[in-house]
Amino acid sequence: MHIAEGYLPPEQAAAWFVVSAPFVVHGSRALVRQVRADPESKLLLGAAGAFTFALSALKIPSVTGSSSHPTGTGLGAVLFRPPVMSVLGGIVLLFQALLLAHGGLSTLGANVFSMAIVGPWVAFGSYTMVRRAGGGMDPAVFAAAALGSLATYGVTVAQLALAFPDPTAGIVGALAKFGGIFAVTQIPLAISEGLLTVLVVRLLSRTSGDELRRLGLLRPAAEVRA
Amino acid sequence: MRRFSWVNLLLLLAVLLLAVAPLAFGLGSGEEPFSGADALAEQAIVDDHPDYQPWFSPIYEPPSAELESAFFALQAALGAGLLGYYFGVARTRQRQRDAAGRQRG
Repeated sequence: MHIAEGYLPPEQAAAWFVVSAPFVVHGSRALVRQVRADPESKLLLGAAGAFTFALSALKIPSVTGSSSHPTGTGLGAVLFRPPVMSVLGGIVLLFQALLLAHGGLSTLGANVFSMAIVGPWVAFGSYTMVRRAGGGMDPAVFAAAALGSLATYGVTVAQLALAFPDPTAGIVGALAKFGGIFAVTQIPLAISEGLLTVLVVRLLSRTSGDELRRLGLLRPAAEVRA
Repeated sequence: MRRFSWVNLLLLLAVLLLAVAPLAFGLGSGEEPFSGADALAEQAIVDDHPDYQPWFSPIYEPPSAELESAFFALQAALGAGLLGYYFGVARTRQRQRDAAGRQRG
């Protein structure tokens, strides 16, 4: 989902910065509030950041014969809500742009929008919907991580299609082309990401029940619905 | 082994299987099998829009593929290390809480 450095026309790159900036500003405030209100959650916050840091470094082979990487933003979105992830995800993308030449500074706004904003919001929405529908913690977390990951790549496809319409088939053709590169590749990865996130949340519920309860998780499904 | 551990083990196995199966079945295609989707997208842009000039280039680029993979490994190691540290701390705290509870209880 990393759009390479310089691979968005300047006006579009700038536009994505304008779109993403308010989310990141709001997210930084939410992050500061979270740490002030509950200093003990700092370590768990670090763990959520570490999860997306580690997962987004892992390129995993997929059924399409290419490889891609998970995003790892679903965990933090479920634990700490999406605004916080706009900052943590942004830090990961900045690290990769500066040291790995992966993604880029000019495309940071666009990449933050897909991985650190839309992904976490879709994850949080999916989690909430499954819980309200009476689903348990594990299915809800799986849906959050997997759908958040797919949404991130869907946004990248749309961003690239807008910037580089197909010479003959236009934006629709470009959607199909970039979709072909990213979407099917990402399906098994999204499943893996969902399973890994479920694993981490299961371990958290064993070791950090108090923290999770303070964050409003671990309530029985019936209570969430009420 | 209790059910909790069994489920966790199965989750890990499923992830491994999903990653290994494409390799095992030799699904790799193209000149460089299992190249990154990001790079493929970049290539598609270059192919269809030969006149597009990237207007900004990375400030720093790892000088070789080896060093690039070293940075990726560093990123994964830092993330996994911190996550492992968290679980170590959380588990110890949990045990101390349990022990304190038993003494009182």
